[in-house]
Amino acid sequence: MTDTSRRTFLKLTGGTVGAAMLPFLKAMPAQAQSGGTIVVVSGQTINSLDLHRTGTNRASYQVAVNCYDRLVSFGTKDTPGGGLSYDYSVIEPELAESWTISDDGLVMTFKIKSDATFWDGRKVTAADVKWSFDRAVSAGGFPTVQMKAGGLERPEQFEAVDDETFVIKLDKPSKLTLPDLAVPVPFIINSEVAKANATEEDPWAMEYLHTTPAGSGAFKVARWDQGQQLVYERNDAWVGGPLPSFQRVIVREVPSPATRRALIERGDVQMSFNIPNKDAAELDAKDGVDVYSTPIENCIHCLCPNFNFEPFQDANVRKALAYAIPYEAIFQTAAYGRGAPMWGGEAEITDTAWPRKSPYMTDMDKAKEHMAASGFASGFEVPLSISLGLADWMEPTALLMQEAFAQIGIKAEIEKIPGANWRTAALVEKRLPLHLENFGGWLNTPDYYFFWAYKNGHLFNSSNYLNEEIEQLVDDTLHIPMDDPSYAPKIKRMFEIAFEDLPRIPLWQPALNVAMNGASGYEFWFHRQLDVRPLISAPA
Amino acid sequence: MILGRVAQAIPVVMGVVVISFILTRALPGDPAAYFAGPAADEASIAEIREALGLDKPLFQQFFYYVGDLARGDLGTSLTTGQTVMSDLAARLPASLELTLVALLLSCGIAIPLGVLAATRPGTWVDHLCRILVTAGVSMPTFFTGIVLIYVFYYLAGIAPSPLGRLDFIYLSPPHVTGFYLIDAALAGDWETWFGALKQLILPATTLALFTLAPIARMTRAAMLSALSSDFIRTARAAGLGTRKVLYGYAFRNALLPVVTTLGMVFSFTLGANVLVEKVFAWPGIGSYAVEALVVSDYAAVQGFVLAMALLFVALNLIIDIAYALIDPRIGLK
Repeated sequence: MTDTSRRTFLKLTGGTVGAAMLPFLKAMPAQAQSGGTIVVVSGQTINSLDLHRTGTNRASYQVAVNCYDRLVSFGTKDTPGGGLSYDYSVIEPELAESWTISDDGLVMTFKIKSDATFWDGRKVTAADVKWSFDRAVSAGGFPTVQMKAGGLERPEQFEAVDDETFVIKLDKPSKLTLPDLAVPVPFIINSEVAKANATEEDPWAMEYLHTTPAGSGAFKVARWDQGQQLVYERNDAWVGGPLPSFQRVIVREVPSPATRRALIERGDVQMSFNIPNKDAAELDAKDGVDVYSTPIENCIHCLCPNFNFEPFQDANVRKALAYAIPYEAIFQTAAYGRGAPMWGGEAEITDTAWPRKSPYMTDMDKAKEHMAASGFASGFEVPLSISLGLADWMEPTALLMQEAFAQIGIKAEIEKIPGANWRTAALVEKRLPLHLENFGGWLNTPDYYFFWAYKNGHLFNSSNYLNEEIEQLVDDTLHIPMDDPSYAPKIKRMFEIAFEDLPRIPLWQPALNVAMNGASGYEFWFHRQLDVRPLISAPA
Repeated sequence: MILGRVAQAIPVVMGVVVISFILTRALPGDPAAYFAGPAADEASIAEIREALGLDKPLFQQFFYYVGDLARGDLGTSLTTGQTVMSDLAARLPASLELTLVALLLSCGIAIPLGVLAATRPGTWVDHLCRILVTAGVSMPTFFTGIVLIYVFYYLAGIAPSPLGRLDFIYLSPPHVTGFYLIDAALAGDWETWFGALKQLILPATTLALFTLAPIARMTRAAMLSALSSDFIRTARAAGLGTRKVLYGYAFRNALLPVVTTLGMVFSFTLGANVLVEKVFAWPGIGSYAVEALVVSDYAAVQGFVLAMALLFVALNLIIDIAYALIDPRIGLK
């Protein structure tokens, strides 16, 4: 068995994990000596290398992050639980060297780094930025919606003044515009390469970039075997940030969580991305594997009573639900204590922190009082809907709720909906009387959360909630700066109404769990995908 | 004659095309809404529906589908982002390689075991056969798979990392057939050949344990009935040697039901090894079909059903030919 001996030999000679492995034995023996390699396993599959394409799934967003640059990026901060996180409050340059915003907030001028080049060696110009932004607002679907959130809607808003100067004109000033330029969507493409591969029917080169990225980012794609692996190769000419430590990053798809766990425990892979809560809790208790559980910013698991369902139009019934939920038991059973509790908070709202604990806690007596005071004292039957695609947390949660609601006379029948139907039933048709929901906003401000989840008719307002004051407050606060004097009082008022009306009953803030063995430097991002750039090999 | 058999398959395939089209459309769920992504609004969902051609009437969609099919275009899978043809070309050989190796392994054990059990009923061989058969059918494959990983990879460390068809230190061999063992052998790359074989051992054993049961049981039963037949008694009375009686007459007669079972086992294994594929990160056809079904990925589901139908037609043809070879009474006529 020649290969076994060679591998054993490699393990004996190498120092750190990264340097010890020689990936692609036959193909690249010479390069393997410099830099290192890290192997990451993930249960998700990457289905495109182009985020703008229709049907590109979430796992594929990592290619936009690792292989492309944006004008700006977010800073880095320490998280309370250890580990690193992106910092929403700090905007850092990536391809832009500097930027200015006019006094009226309507014109943003970006100066592009003069030494920035694409992988083919050509200089990054403002024309490339313009072409990429035009593409994002014209592609339709998710990228266009996300651009719109920052007030970027039409190609006419973007102008390449000269090679290094790019200008954005806005219809109205918004605090969301600059952060929206740091999300994965407005990434900058080598427009010359793309145009050379565009066709009449496909002016944005969707087919070409789908399999062949053309960017300026920290990593190139060395190999993509759909359904199996993605191999990143470092771009040594990257100027968007500090040069990554690893020469090569191999992301392998391993669907079975049990197999991923065996691999990370054995140390044959250095990172297991997005592991189940149960594994996170158990691996955390063991030596050798580092587990990072970061509560996902601006994301809350909720129970949503639908206002279309008659009993839930009664405020007392909604409050009875909120007092009957066995929060702690659910948090321990469904989340294995990973994440942050969202119940038992102070009654008085003194700051604008979000997500925040609701003033409700498990109190059966109060629940019964509210039930008795409602117009439905004798109880009623209601289906409690969950998605089979999210059964890992929804099913135990629903079972515990079913038991608790029975005690206050609400007979909840659990209805399991296939993953493919869930979106249509819960969010588009909004027809589920009582269901679980987990919206998370990319842009980390409370008004952005309320815009999607509390405004009537908006996608994640699956409770059909309508409150005129909330509508007005969201419109007032969505674009104004967070240090505007009127901002905090309005946000606090929004929280008060939300907790009084309870169209969404907060349960807990979920966590993204990552296990590492022999590597470190993991940084949490709001997009919940793997940023391989800051990873480093752990000291031996 | 073989041509006649193939001609008989044509209406079957046409029926499959129609039924798979109608069934996928009857699946619950809206692919346009699903693929529009988490923050899509009505307009972007409508755009995607139009891009997918789902806004057209059903019969028109069918017309386009058959037209594409005639040109050999199976469409593009939304889940993987590849053409269904390239997905199938990449994944079908992976599943076939795993299934065939598993079946070879299980036949290699099950048939001799069945024969031995039948010739020595009531002895320890018979009991061993019974235990293996019972254990094989009663243990679900994902469980056996995880136990094997736990023992041979996690605890003992002798098995390679369960990372799919090849460990990341190897490059896949140049594509000829898609079967790594064959491709690597053709390229003369024995290092990769051993690498692929090592990755195959655990998943193939898992599947073999599962498929062993029906084959061993059928071999034993067929052998027992053959051995108690009149012609065996006659052969014995005529003073023929044990070997000649056992293998020349009894075994050959017992083979017919065994081959039938083998065909059935092969077809259900190919579809049912999805759990093994998941556990061993095997990029096969089963997990592909399940993922496509979950998100109502029409083109992928239709392509999978069609590929399976063609495979079954081919399989039945092979079994028919095998019958004729084993039993001269059955002609191809």
